[in-house]
Amino acid sequence: MQPRIVEVRQGVLKKNDLLARDLRGRFRSAGVYVVNLVSSPGAGKTAFLEETLRRLHPHHRVAALVGDLATDNDARRLGRSGARVHQITTGTVCHLDAEMINTSLAGWDLAALDFLFVENVGNLVCPASYDLGEDLRTVLLSVTEGEDKPLKYPTIFNGADLALITKIDLAEAVGFDRADALANLQAVRPGIEVLETSARTGVGMEAWLERLRELAAVAAQG
Amino acid sequence: MHELSIALSLIDAAAEKAEELGAVRVEALHLKLGALSGVVREALLFSFDLAAAGTPIEGARLEIEEIPVSVFCRTCKTEQQLPGIQSFRCPVCDTPTPDVVRGRELELTSLEVTDLAETPEEETHATPDR
Repeated sequence: MQPRIVEVRQGVLKKNDLLARDLRGRFRSAGVYVVNLVSSPGAGKTAFLEETLRRLHPHHRVAALVGDLATDNDARRLGRSGARVHQITTGTVCHLDAEMINTSLAGWDLAALDFLFVENVGNLVCPASYDLGEDLRTVLLSVTEGEDKPLKYPTIFNGADLALITKIDLAEAVGFDRADALANLQAVRPGIEVLETSARTGVGMEAWLERLRELAAVAAQG
Repeated sequence: MHELSIALSLIDAAAEKAEELGAVRVEALHLKLGALSGVVREALLFSFDLAAAGTPIEGARLEIEEIPVSVFCRTCKTEQQLPGIQSFRCPVCDTPTPDVVRGRELELTSLEVTDLAETPEEETHATPDR
């Protein structure tokens, strides 16, 4: 018998995408603004988030989900800010997906939050494929990792809403070529907004928080 | 590498569809894979055979159609295909073009199946000579 073709036309990540859409609806109706932080390992996500939580916590209701292959070191560090922090240990899985977010948030009163941060697993490849229902996907690029990272990992930079250049206090020491980095970011994602920060010295942190509050206000208006 | 997760999702989707169809053997899966999907073709092909083992999809081929990135150029007011994913500029007029219209696909487009005869023995008797 001859083989026949049966049309399917289904996204391979349909289950993830449907759950992410559902999460996004829940976040919106609860009035919580959700930020997904992605970067390579060592770009400074945890330090950046630690400083963000520390500065936001006195004024806003904030929480974080932290993805890691192993250890809860990051969650313990972030917990010092006083914010609610939950560790997602992924084992061998190299990214977070919508199901992990959904499971982690079981029993949470989302309406009691203004901001929820999701620190993804340090990886510039796999997290690009998974929508977590976030409002803002932020990619971090540290001055120590090379200006051409956006060209090497265009997919994740192209899918980001905002880019942060971190560890800017080290720029001079490592000979960071700022113009080259900015050109590469714009090449793979024309028009992307870029902020420069240092969690250690605090440079750029207030500008980031101000931008975050603006974006959350815009999202709340629908 | 998340291609094994992707392969498992792909096989779930195909197995679900095959079950709906009833008595069929899945010969091939046809997949559209965009250059911006975040999935590497070779790694997916490698993972696919591993993930298919022991499932109703075991032995099926994975046929991948790679989709390059196309953007909508606001200056040319047309869709333009990009030669790669390192530079999102219109190849005709060089305007930066963030509007991706194609290239993010990760879609199971169709299955190639063979119908299995419900009662193979009787069929053999009905058509004894070739």
